[in-house]
Amino acid sequence: MVEQATGFGVLSLLVFLPLLGALLTLATPREAAGLHRTLAIGTTVATFLVSLWVLAGFHGGTYHFQMVEFVPWLPQAGIHYRLGVDGISIWLILLTTLLTFLSAWFSVYVRERTKAYMVFLLLLETAMLGVFVSLDMILFYTFFEASLIPMYFLISIWGGEKRAYASLKFFLFTFAGSIFMLVGMVALAKLHEQATGAWSFSILDIQSEVASGRLWAGALQTQAVVFWAFAVAFLVKCPAFPLHTWLPDAHTEAPTAGSIILAGVLLKMGTYGFLRFCLPLFPDVIANQVPILCALAVIGILYGAAVSAVQPDVKRLIAYSSVAHMGFVLLGIFSLTPTGMVGGAYQQLNHGISTGALFLLVGLIYERRHTRLFKDYGGLKAQMPVYAALFLIVMLSSVGLPGTNGFVGEFLSLMGSFEASFARRFGLNPAYAVLAAAGVILAAVYLLWMFQKMFYGPITNPENRRLKDLKPWEVALVMVFVVFVFWGGLVPSTFTKPMEASLHAARMMALNPVGQRPDWRNLETEIDPKGNLVRVEPRTREALVVPPAYGEVIAPAEKHYPLAGPAANEPTAKEQPRA
Amino acid sequence: MPDRFRFPIPQDLDWLALSPIIVVVVAGIVALALEMLRPKRSNAAIVGVTVVGLLAAGVLAAVQAGEPAKEILAGTFLRDRFGSVVQVLMVAACLLSVLFSEGYLREKRILFGESYPLMLWATAGGMVMATSRNLVTLFVGLELLSVALYVLAGLSRREAKSEESALKYFLLGAFASAFLLYGIALFYGATGSLHLGRVAEVWTSGFEVGRSLLGVGLALILVGLSFKSAFVPFHQWTPDVYQGAPTNITAFMAAGSKVAAVAMLYRVLDACQPMVGLWLPPLFWVAILTMVVGNLAALVQKDAKRLMAYSSISHAGYLLVALLARFKAPEAVSDATLLYYLASYNFMTVGAFAVIALAARGGRESTGLSALNGLWQRSPFAASVLLLCVWSLIGVPGASGFVGKLLIFRDALAAGLAPLAIVLAVASVVSVAYYLALVKAAWVADEAEADQPIAPLRTGAGLAAAICAAGVIGLFLFVGPVLGWMGGSSSSGAESVAQAASPRG
Repeated sequence: MVEQATGFGVLSLLVFLPLLGALLTLATPREAAGLHRTLAIGTTVATFLVSLWVLAGFHGGTYHFQMVEFVPWLPQAGIHYRLGVDGISIWLILLTTLLTFLSAWFSVYVRERTKAYMVFLLLLETAMLGVFVSLDMILFYTFFEASLIPMYFLISIWGGEKRAYASLKFFLFTFAGSIFMLVGMVALAKLHEQATGAWSFSILDIQSEVASGRLWAGALQTQAVVFWAFAVAFLVKCPAFPLHTWLPDAHTEAPTAGSIILAGVLLKMGTYGFLRFCLPLFPDVIANQVPILCALAVIGILYGAAVSAVQPDVKRLIAYSSVAHMGFVLLGIFSLTPTGMVGGAYQQLNHGISTGALFLLVGLIYERRHTRLFKDYGGLKAQMPVYAALFLIVMLSSVGLPGTNGFVGEFLSLMGSFEASFARRFGLNPAYAVLAAAGVILAAVYLLWMFQKMFYGPITNPENRRLKDLKPWEVALVMVFVVFVFWGGLVPSTFTKPMEASLHAARMMALNPVGQRPDWRNLETEIDPKGNLVRVEPRTREALVVPPAYGEVIAPAEKHYPLAGPAANEPTAKEQPRA
Repeated sequence: MPDRFRFPIPQDLDWLALSPIIVVVVAGIVALALEMLRPKRSNAAIVGVTVVGLLAAGVLAAVQAGEPAKEILAGTFLRDRFGSVVQVLMVAACLLSVLFSEGYLREKRILFGESYPLMLWATAGGMVMATSRNLVTLFVGLELLSVALYVLAGLSRREAKSEESALKYFLLGAFASAFLLYGIALFYGATGSLHLGRVAEVWTSGFEVGRSLLGVGLALILVGLSFKSAFVPFHQWTPDVYQGAPTNITAFMAAGSKVAAVAMLYRVLDACQPMVGLWLPPLFWVAILTMVVGNLAALVQKDAKRLMAYSSISHAGYLLVALLARFKAPEAVSDATLLYYLASYNFMTVGAFAVIALAARGGRESTGLSALNGLWQRSPFAASVLLLCVWSLIGVPGASGFVGKLLIFRDALAAGLAPLAIVLAVASVVSVAYYLALVKAAWVADEAEADQPIAPLRTGAGLAAAICAAGVIGLFLFVGPVLGWMGGSSSSGAESVAQAASPRG
């Protein structure tokens, strides 16, 4: 199949606009700190506007990739420049541009080497956006790895005391995980070559061959190995127990903007990778891996919560809480139920907002007091009432109080997990869901504890008497997060609706047999609003934004197929999660 | 058969095919004459002649890459795509090292004009090593390269470590040559010819004595070449020699000498293709050892040049993987991967050394990692080039090193050498730790922590760094055309010659 080059479009603009900003910043004199800030904030705002433009042109009713760009690069090896968005990536793109903008805004606090700082921040944005829009595995890997370098510098130059150790550990862990992903990618491309005679690193091509069953036809025994080559990379990135140990160090030592982006976006690359690669590409083995991944998620939830509760350092506490929260994301995704997957995917965004906001708030007080230890704080409520109020809102969204965004995500994830485990699907049992639910309570324990230690009680430290409350621009900065906390909590459908079709497609790829799998390249199938896989009239990629006339149902939404293993004998009637 | 004992006499001569080598040698002679005539205190004319000669040779070699393969001078010289591409790489390695030599030698106060002709002749030696299938020609090329490098390594006469470097290199080099010669003698005994083309014939004839002679001979040749290519366990000389030699020479040694040694290894292994079952298992383990030991030993280095030496050992291991994949599955894997990796290695190594050379100032050179401290303050451009080269050496995407490793992965999997691909992956992870030490010195630490400020970036060094950076990025962006130029057809030129006219004894 010869594809027509489409040239560069709005997604390329989105990805490379920050790079352009970085190059402009490079051309400025070293001392012009104000100019560096203006350029960085201006670029991130412009990028955010472009991402809104992408959102405006995005249509939530299809599982296919939209705004696809294709430019040939290396035909001998089937590696090309190929970008696109779908429901899984669209909100992560928005999250990235928003958080980078807010981080750049906060970074007016950075005084040393502002030029290099802003350049690295912008390079990081290019890399992160690239990860979410790449449809070619090598391109994905390129951006995935490229994000390490600016982050390494952000930690090792502007970080805390143990920055050298933390930055190296961060780099080593993630690089170690992802190099095996590269081997896995080459293996997939090689299998594509065996199946069709041509190398291809395009996930559209590979997914299409997987959907038709040809790709794995001759290599079933290697499927689990390749799955884990990918899964390890994403588990490190998430991070999931026991590969999480880089995270507390990196988060704690990173400068505030680095922590916000690490927690808000970089961790999402891991869960995004699961949704993008692990679910759609390994249909024959995924069911057997679900108990392992869910167990890791549950351990992460409990362990993260338990360790958080004993941290003397507020940033470290939030870092460990990320381990717990990302456990909910994993648990939701790997419940492989529609509810759980929406919950998991949504929880990704919530974690970005809530934890990003917590790191920001900690950053604000750190700039005033230059300490992160609980023992130096206490009684701040009287001194900084506005700060305390904002902190309370954000903290409660992290706890998952109903009405805030955190509640919706965690609740849906847990519900999905209950559905799957009570039905004893994939060899899960209710203990998984029950233990994970206990994690919600633990989250309340350590987060409320943190709030109590910082804000209540008498002011024991005389230095805290001189603390000033937030300036108006700082309040505005935090308010952006607060808006999303409530928006996400009260009207979650704004965010979940556009994701549904793509998540249904990912779930069907993982569960359905050959012939009933949604094919990313075949535009004659579609997911209808009820979540069924249906046949539609042939159309072009440009016409995807128009809802088609839905035809014959190929695979109904709710039907779970019996799979190999213990779940095979389970009646499917038990699973009636949603009306 | 008296014919066997007669050294081949030139009957067929193609000046064009020989022209790149001749140009380089003549440029060396002219440069030496200028060095004797020159007004003192300026090497400008010598550098000019060197650069022009190298550029001319590079262009001559590049245009010939597309020509059909051809063996001339009674089978002592072979012009094919592989050889021509390697010639271009050799010339590039020398050119880039020469560009930053003048400023470096001036700072180091060892402004000897004769270093340029020596570098040219070393280059010519390396070019010969890539373009012959006659063992004696190959050996002469190797010695031409080596003898010139022995002298160059000791160029900094006031420094004990430079002398140590030269002596060590000479003694171990002579040792390696002895192995090689013994192996060549056994090959001659087995095949009755100095031409490698006879090897396959003798091996497949089933003549038992010949086969055992070939086996032992190949083992000895491989030991000799392993010294030159710095494969573990024949690598011990590398860190000392790299550290002691003047940095511009180290750059040339790391890039050019490695390219030439690997090219000669390619010629030998190509001829021994039928014996692949014999030499593949030991080289498989040598590759693993080289990658593992090279990377682990690099972890504890505190000296930038020693670190780069171990890095070059690791990359020799990666190159060996490419070679093994090439000969394990000749129908599935082309030369392009090996050549691409060599080209990429050339740029990133010389680029890194061009920046490391800035540590020399006012007659003193400290090569500890801390010598690069605060580079970002002194010269952001040089620090960026170092970052890019290290980025590429690690194999992070966005630079040529990544594509090189990706191609090796692909070839290794295609050839059924998955364990080597895994080891390569693990080795790359380990390499992050020590490469980042270089970046950290250049980017994170302040100048106040350095022993002495870094030398200013002169035009030559700046140009070399810029070309290397452009090369690293260019090879990444234009990998398709580059591979097309290097690969041509999937079978090697030597094979097509062998098919056209089987070599005479």
